[in-house]
Formats: sequence, structure tokens, C-alpha cells
Amino acid sequence: MMTYDELAELAAESREKQQQYKYCLRVCMAAGCLSQHSDSIKAALEDEVKAQGRDHEIQIKGVGCLGLCAAGPLVAVEPDNVLYEKVQAEDAPALIASIGKEPISELRCDEKMPFFSRQTKIVLENSGVIDPESLEDYLNADGYKGLYRVLTEMSPSEVIDEIMESGLRGRGGAGYPTGLKWATVAKASGDVKYVICNGDEGDPGAFMDRSVLESDPYRILEGMTIAGYAVGSNRGYVYVRAEYPLAIDRLKLALRQAKRNNLLGENILGTGFDFNLEIRLGAGAYVCGEETALMGSIEGHRGTPRPRPPYPADHGLWGQPTLINNVETYANIAPIIRNGSAWFSSIGTESSKGTKVFALAGQVKNTGLIEVPMGISLREIVEVIGGGTTGSGEFKAVQTGGPTGGCIPAEYLDVPVDYSSLTRLGSIMGSGGMIIMDKTSSMVDVAKYFMEFCKSESCGKCIPCRVGTAQMYGLLDKISKGQATMADLDLLEQLCDLVRNASLCGLGGSAPNPIMSTLKYFRSEYLEKIIDAPVLEPAAE
Amino acid sequence: MQKPVKLPSDDKRWRVVEATMRRNGYRPDALIETLHTVQESFGYLDNDALMFVSQALRVSPSQVFGVATFYHFFNLKPQGEHTCAVCLGTACYIKGANKIIEAIEEEYGIKSGETTPDDRLSLLTVRCVGACGLAPAVVFDNNVLGNESPDGMLETIRERLAEVPEGAAQ
Repeated sequence: MMTYDELAELAAESREKQQQYKYCLRVCMAAGCLSQHSDSIKAALEDEVKAQGRDHEIQIKGVGCLGLCAAGPLVAVEPDNVLYEKVQAEDAPALIASIGKEPISELRCDEKMPFFSRQTKIVLENSGVIDPESLEDYLNADGYKGLYRVLTEMSPSEVIDEIMESGLRGRGGAGYPTGLKWATVAKASGDVKYVICNGDEGDPGAFMDRSVLESDPYRILEGMTIAGYAVGSNRGYVYVRAEYPLAIDRLKLALRQAKRNNLLGENILGTGFDFNLEIRLGAGAYVCGEETALMGSIEGHRGTPRPRPPYPADHGLWGQPTLINNVETYANIAPIIRNGSAWFSSIGTESSKGTKVFALAGQVKNTGLIEVPMGISLREIVEVIGGGTTGSGEFKAVQTGGPTGGCIPAEYLDVPVDYSSLTRLGSIMGSGGMIIMDKTSSMVDVAKYFMEFCKSESCGKCIPCRVGTAQMYGLLDKISKGQATMADLDLLEQLCDLVRNASLCGLGGSAPNPIMSTLKYFRSEYLEKIIDAPVLEPAAE
Repeated sequence: MQKPVKLPSDDKRWRVVEATMRRNGYRPDALIETLHTVQESFGYLDNDALMFVSQALRVSPSQVFGVATFYHFFNLKPQGEHTCAVCLGTACYIKGANKIIEAIEEEYGIKSGETTPDDRLSLLTVRCVGACGLAPAVVFDNNVLGNESPDGMLETIRERLAEVPEGAAQ
């Protein structure tokens, strides 16, 4: 059996080994850069280090996401703090030769640019820094300190109090207070309780969870184990989409290593606490991101939601009390325990604490993954961190919250990003996908795209969603082809209201959001396409 | 634990499927996990496989079929030698992924979801592979290709199709 001291020794050994190197080259091995062949770049760098006889002083390390996917493949050089972008295998000889001398200016990415300097990293603190396949690396980044502290110094209720006081809210989209959820599950009566991690990141345009799982998988295991201890559960599941093979592989490896080192399983670190985790794969059903559908899927059924209440906290997986949180939520747990709730709640706004990870994509210069404090303005994200729109395109709208979110136009860019402000604008925080659109995007077309998505992803269980989304899609199609009348538009608006209020789960309940928000802010684009539209005064909205 | 059901054939791949079921104690909730293994091993789920899984896990055939058709990830038809899955996530859509699909459809005379008559290429669409930073993205034979264009993609497909299939004698 492994004790904490033995683990610390293991970590120290690996640290000493790494400290023998004078330089460390961190090569991004997350899905984005990998698709640009960063694995062969890493191999080329390794060969070159040997060829130039510098393998005693230069270490090549595969790490998780460095953030700026647009400039991938990325390579960071320590301790010089130099970042290289769009590195190719041919660059390896020159790159290695330059280590310890002048950096290569043609390949250099400005590491002081706002994209990097304006971020606040909690969830992504280890992303792009540690080797996601090395437990030692995670341990050396204060990994498992939180769990050890919880298991040896804190009672379950103290853990829950700490999370409650931190003000952390669910990062999956709805923003339910995490501490409150934990307390409810802890209080629920049942012989067996389950802890589930929702990694079914189905929102198109969102890749935060994928990056966290690929870049720092142990963080999720630690967060879930702490949660298990707090709510009195010994068994958990990580549900990950099958579309993320790399994330699954890294998670599997982390699970094996954690088990081998007594960080999962029976009698964790000799403290008497047992916690077992299994991975379950999704199979490409968007609705499985809904918690009751996800639990159905783990049980081996079709992923169809069921009415709530009863909530999973009372009646969840196999009828037992179940705690279900999102990947990013669990990723926040260990830092909160390590640094205290006061530290966490000092970041963010009054009602939304901490940071949020966003996936910046679409017509924006700096596409990639960012982590910003809650309360930052949309304008800062889009114009400063994102670097504005690409090419000559003029900014038109930012779409948040995935296919069931809304489009926010330029005039509301100064709104702070928190749960309530985005809801007031007719959008949602959602899981963190942020798609920037420029003037080339037609809003009717965008609404139609999202409705097509909701229509095909509707599970079919309740009629408002199954039939409503299909009818709304038909009407949007008609409008986009210039064949619709004002009566069609009226009907569309009525259907939005009906589907929103009568659907069983959040998918149907929020499916009309893209239509309603585009109708609210870009109504003229709809009217332009309608046959008998009244003549409009300019900018009527 | 129930007695294992006889394997459909001597094909070694069934052993892999059996291993997944055994690891999960032949519990009915292992259904999706098992179907994943079948698809990984055989490429798709045919009726024999579905019936076998149904008997081995004691889940009704209708439920097995229901699950297999509910989840988009499962294929009930064999795929072509190469698969080209164009991402239709929001970021890719905004950046013109549908133009890539149109180009391939036109060039090879197949619609999305179909396979060429010579079984060499299947065209699929996927909902976001999480490579939004590289939009538009295409997953060709399980490799993610980023920043694709219609012409560039057609070029890649031509190159890949021209390669001699693995194991083919010269």
C-alpha cells in the first residue's frame, strides 16, 4: 500500500530528475495541435536534441493544451519563457540550436499578448505545463494535496461547507450552487450513493471539457474523489463522449495509475476511505448531457430524460442518491480545498464566483481556449483576448451557450459575463462555447442551423420538443427561402413560446433560444425575407 | 453470473467482445459498452451481433435495437475503406463546412451518410469533434485535419484513395 509520504518521495524523485535539465521544451499534445502533427514535431525535437548532443540539458515534454489553437502547433521553452507558433518538424534543428541563445524571431509567438496576459487560470493552471500522462508531474503541481488534506484533516461536512462558502456554481450551464447540491446528496438516505462526472460535452463549438480531460485528467479524479468523501459515496462514473478518443485514453491511463498508487480503490492512502471509478462512454446523443438522460445511458438504456423531481440527489442512478457535476466543476474542487474558499470567492462577481473557461471559435483571430474571471465584459473577451474578428469582417454577434443559447449583438458587448446577465440578454452561460460571427453570417441561417441540430437531437420522448422543433425548422426553412408570410412568423413565435414552456427537459426548453434571441436583436433580417412584410423604418428594433 | 452464450463464430474478434461483457459481469447495463466494443472490432453492428449481445446480456432484442439506433455513434451498415467525417459543429459551420460536404458530394456522387459503390469512401457528418479552434475540421480515418478547404479536402481524399490498401499484394 502506498502512503502519502511514499507518493511525495515519488514526486520528489521525478522533480530532481527534471531539475537536472537546464531547459524544458513543452510541446502541445492536445487534440488541436496533434491534428497538426505535433507528435512528429516532438519526435523530431527529441531526435535533434540527441543529434546535437544536448540530451543531458534539454528535456522534451509532451503537455496538454497551451490555449492558442489558432497558432498551433505550439512549443514553449522554459525557463526562457519563449513560445513558438506553427512549428514544423523541419524547424527542429534550428530550434534546438537556438536554445540558450537568441530565440528564433520568425517562429516566435508574442507571449505577452493580451490573449495570455488577460487570463486568470484555476481550472487550466496545469494545462500546457504538466505532462498529462504523468502522475508525478501532477503531484509536483500540488496534485492530490487537496485530497490528502480532506481525508486526514476534514470531516465531510467541513468539505461541503468549504465548497458552499466558495460560491462555486455548476459549470455545466445551469449554474446551480455546487455546495448546495453536495449537501443535498450528503443528506439523502440510501445505502449506496453515486458520484458522476458529466463529460458529455455535446454543445457544438465547445471544447473546454475535452481540453481539461486531455491536459489534466488527474484533476478530475481528485475532484470526484473529494466529492465522494463529502457526500458519502464509494462509487463513481466518468461519462465521456466517444468522440473524444484522446481524452478517453488519457483518462484511462490516469485511472490505472491512480489505482496502482492507491489514490483510487480501497483504503485510499491508508485513510480507510474507499472510492472506485469507472469510465462510461457516450455514443453521440446530445440529449445525454441532460442529467437524467445521462444516467439512463449509464444504465445501458436509450438516453431519454425523465421528469424531475425526483432530482438525482434523491433518486438518481439505479434509484440511488446521485451527485452529478460537470468536468469543469470538478476541476475547481482541488484548488478550492488547497487555497481555501476565501481565495476562490475573491475572484469573480457577487453572484458568480471564480473563473470560467470559454472555447473561443468562429470568425475571431485568436481561436482557442481561455479562462477568465467571471464578470469580465464580452467586449474584452472578443476584442482584446480574441483579437477581434478575422480578415475584414465586421463583428456582428457572439453566440454563447451552444445550440440552445442565444446570439448577443454588438450593442450589448459591454455586459459582464455572469450567469444572470447572459440570461437577461436571452442567452445562457451554457458550458462555455463562444462563437463569434461577423457580417457574413445570416442570422436566419444561423437560427435554422441550430434548429436543425435540436430537431435531430430531440430524443422524441415529449411531443412539444419532438414535433415542435421539426415544425420550427420547417418554418425557418420557409423563411430562409423567401417563401414565408407574416402569418408564418407569428406561428413561429407562438411555437417558440409553446416549446419553451411545455417541453420535458432543458433541450426542448431552451431550443427556441436561438430563434428568440435572433428575432429580438436581428428582426429585420427575418422581415427582409418575408413576402408580405410591412415596410420597415430603418433599425426598427 | 450467468453462463456465457456461445460465440457466433470462431472469429477471434468475438473474444474481445466477450472480454468486455465479462469485465462488466454480463450485466444488462454493459449494453452500450459492449456495442462500442463490437463496433470497434467489426466496424459496424449487424443483426447477428445485435442478437448475440441481446442473448449474452439478457436484454430484449428490441431494447438492443432501440439503443443501437438511438445513438448516432453506432453504425448499422458497414463503412467504406476510408471514412471522411466532416464536422458540422457551429464553428465549422460558420467557417463553411457545408461547402466541403457539397464538394465531396459532387465529386464522388454520394450524399452524406453514404458510401461510394466501390466501398472505398464513406462520407459522414459529425456534430463537433471539439476541434473548433481549427474550424472547419474533418476527421479522415480517425485523424483530425484542421483548417480544411473544399479543394484541399478533395486533394487529400484523392491522395488517400490512391494509396495501396494495407496488406494488398503488389
